[in-house]
Amino acid sequence: MPYPAYMEESIRKVEGTRERRLKEELPRIPVGKRMPVLQEFHPDFVKTSMRELLVGPNKGDRTPNELADLLEGNSRIDPDKIDLTRIDYDVDALIIGAGGAGAAAALIAQENGANVLLVTKLRLGDANTVGYQGGTQAADRPDDSPVLHYLDTMGGARFTADPKLVEALVKDAPDVIRWLESLGVIWDKKPDGSMAEVALAGECVPRCHCCKDYTGLEVMRVLRDEVRCRNINYVEFAPAIELIMDDKGQVAGAILVNLETNELSLVRAKAVVMATGGIGRLHIQGFPTTNHYGATADGLVLAYRVGCPLVDTDTMQYHPTCAAYPIAILGLLVTEKVRGLGAQVVNIDGEQFANPLEPRDVLASCIIRECKERGKGITTPTAELGVWLDSPRIDMIHGEGTVAQNLPAMVRQFGRFDIDITKEPMLVYPGLHYQNGGIKFSPNGATAVPGLFAAGEVEGGVHGRNRLGGNSSLDLFVFGRRAGKSAAQHAKEVRLGKLTLDHVRQWQRELKKAGLTQVRPISPKILPDYARQPHDYLADYVTERLHAGQIKVA
Amino acid sequence: MAESQDRTQVKAEKEAKMLDIYVMGKHYQVPEGLTIMTALEYCGYRLIRGCGCRAAFCGACGTVYNFKNDPVLRYALACQKLVEQDMYLTQIPFFPAAKPSYDLEKMEPTGEQLLKIYPELVTCFGCNNCTKSCPQELEVMEFMSAAIRGDLKEVTIKSFDCLMCGLCAARCPQGLVPYNIALLCRRLHGRYLVPRSKHLDERIAEIEAGEFDVEIEELQKMSLEELKRRFDERPILKE
Repeated sequence: MPYPAYMEESIRKVEGTRERRLKEELPRIPVGKRMPVLQEFHPDFVKTSMRELLVGPNKGDRTPNELADLLEGNSRIDPDKIDLTRIDYDVDALIIGAGGAGAAAALIAQENGANVLLVTKLRLGDANTVGYQGGTQAADRPDDSPVLHYLDTMGGARFTADPKLVEALVKDAPDVIRWLESLGVIWDKKPDGSMAEVALAGECVPRCHCCKDYTGLEVMRVLRDEVRCRNINYVEFAPAIELIMDDKGQVAGAILVNLETNELSLVRAKAVVMATGGIGRLHIQGFPTTNHYGATADGLVLAYRVGCPLVDTDTMQYHPTCAAYPIAILGLLVTEKVRGLGAQVVNIDGEQFANPLEPRDVLASCIIRECKERGKGITTPTAELGVWLDSPRIDMIHGEGTVAQNLPAMVRQFGRFDIDITKEPMLVYPGLHYQNGGIKFSPNGATAVPGLFAAGEVEGGVHGRNRLGGNSSLDLFVFGRRAGKSAAQHAKEVRLGKLTLDHVRQWQRELKKAGLTQVRPISPKILPDYARQPHDYLADYVTERLHAGQIKVA
Repeated sequence: MAESQDRTQVKAEKEAKMLDIYVMGKHYQVPEGLTIMTALEYCGYRLIRGCGCRAAFCGACGTVYNFKNDPVLRYALACQKLVEQDMYLTQIPFFPAAKPSYDLEKMEPTGEQLLKIYPELVTCFGCNNCTKSCPQELEVMEFMSAAIRGDLKEVTIKSFDCLMCGLCAARCPQGLVPYNIALLCRRLHGRYLVPRSKHLDERIAEIEAGEFDVEIEELQKMSLEELKRRFDERPILKE
C-alpha cells in the first residue's frame, strides 16, 4: 500500500526542502511559554472530555469520562457468593501484572525470600513493555549526571512531578541498566563497551539506552526467561477482578478469573504488588492507541475500590508520532528515537513548524494545531489527519544504513505496506500512549493502603503531568524492583487477619447512594470489545423472551 | 461492533470492497483493508488468545494461511498481514516448546555449554522450514547452524529481531525450539561477551557514594522560579 498520488505530491515538497532543512533548527519553546499551545490544542484541555468523580477517594477530582465510568463501576463479584475459606493459592507476595514492572518485582521479591505468585491477564510478558522501542534513560555518561536527569524530568513534567519519586528514579537508573545487562540484555554499545546513548525529546544530554528499536522486546524476553528459569509460579490468562482485604484494613490477596473457563480462584497474599500497566485501550476521546490489547486500567479500578487515592487523574500522554497511514497500522508507535536520530516533523508543504525534540505534550499540541487550525496537515484516503516525519533525513546526517541499523522494527513495519522509510517519510499524528498519573505511592512502592504496593504505569507522581521519553521503561524497573523488595519485607512482618470482601459491599452501597449502580458498567474492564456483533439473532431472541417474562435469569 | 473505537473496521467498511475469507474453514465476507486480526474481530470473534501488542512486537499472533486454490502454507503475524481474497486462515497462539531452566550466573559462554542445555540442537538436519516460517524474515536455519558451531555472536546478530512467536518451532520436524535456543545464546553473549561499560560502573559507584545527593537536595529546596530558571539555562548537548 504505497502512498496514493496526491500524498506523493506532498512528499515531493518534503524532498524539495530537505537540503535546506539539513541546517535548519527551530528554537524550543521556553518552559514558561508552553501553556498557550497546550491549553488550546492538547487533548487534556478538552473540558467536555472529563468529569468529576462522584464516589471514592478522589471524589471531586476530574478524570476522562472513559476512566470515570470504570472507576465508578460495579464489581464483577457478589461478595455473598464467594467462600473466602477456600484458598487456591497461599503466598507471601502476589504480583498482579507480568510486564516489565511485574516481572522485576517478582524476581526481586523472590530474591528477598518471598514465595511469589505472578498472575497476568494474557501471557507472561504481554504488556506495553514489549513494545517500547526508544529506550531507557540513565545518566551514565561522564558529561551527564543524575542531577541533569532530575532537572530534565522535572522540567518535562512542567514541575508537577513528585521530587522524591524523581530522585529515586534518576539515582537508581544506572544500576537498572547494569542489572538488565547482567541478566543478558544487549544494549547498543560502542566497540569499547561504553553505551551508545541517543537523545530523546526534553533531554539535555543523550541519555537513552536502546537495543536497536526492539528495546522492550529484548528486555521483556530476557526478564520472562529469567522468571521461568527461577521457577517463579505464574498464572496466565488470569486477571484479578477484585482485591481481598483482611479485618485489619490490609490488602490480603485477590480474586482471579480464568479468562477461558470463567472459573474463579482465590489468592491469599501477605503483600500485593499492583503492576497492571496502563489505560490506552480505553481510547480516551476516541484516540487510536499505541497500547497493548490488555491496557484497560484494571489496576486503577481495583486499587480505587480498596481506598487508594490516585494522582493526576486528569492527564494522559498523547505520543506525538503514531502512524496515521496506512489505516491497518493506525496508532502504531513510531519511536521518538526516529526524531532523536534527526528526523524532523514537517507539514504538507514540507516546512517545519516545531522543534522535533520538544517534550511530547508540546509537540503533540503543535501537530494538532498544524492540522486542525492551520490546515497544513495531510488527509489520508480514510480521512485521518497527519504530518510527515522525515526519516530519510537521518541517513543524510549520519550516513547511509543508519536507519536500517538503528530502526529495524520501523523499517520492517512500514516495509510490510510497501513504504520504504529510508527513502520516504512516515505520516504521523498523536495517539493515546501513556497514563501520566495513577495510584499514589511512595519511593519504596507502598500505597496508602497497607499491604498494597504499586509499580510501573499503574502508579503516578513520577512523571507529573507529562512524561519524558525513556523514563517510563526506567520507572518499570526502578519501582518494580523497589516494590518487590518492599513487598517481600512486608510479608515477613505482617500478620494477616480474617479475610473479607466488606470493602466491595461498602463500595456498592456508596455507588447506590450516589445513584450510580444502574448507570455505570461492570469493572474492571479486562479486555476491549472489538468484536463486531452484526447479527446477534440469538441475543435478540433471548432478550425478547426475557422481556416477555418467558425466561428468568437466576 | 460493540465499541466504535476500532476505526479500522468502520473505515474499511466504508470502502466496502468485500473479500471472501475462511476462518478455520468457515466462510465470511469482510471488507478489504483489514488485517487478519481485525478481520477476525469483524467476523465477531472476541480474541483472548492470539492477540497481544497488536503492533508486531509481542509474537502472540503467529498465523498460518493458504488460499482456496493454492495449498502452499504461508506465515504471518495476524496484526500485520492484510486479508486477501480466498484466504484460508487460523492462528497458532500456542505451541508446546521445551524451555529448560538454567542459572546464567553459573554458565560459560561456549558452544559446549549450549549443547549441555539443548543437546537436541545437533539433530537439526537443515530442512530450512524454520526460515520459511519466520514472519520477521529472519535466517533461522543460519542462526541454528551458528548455534551448533557455538558462535554466540553470530546467533545474536542473526536472531536479534526474533519475536518468539513460535512458528519456527511449530514447523520443525525435529521438535527443536529455535527461538528459545537463540534466546539463551543472546543472554550468554550479553552477559559474558559484550565488553562492560566503564562509565556505567563508575557512575553507579559515585551514586552509591552519595556524590549527587547535595545537589539534588538543593534543587528540591529551591523556589519554583529558581528551578525553572535552572531548567531553561541548562546547556543542551547534541552528541
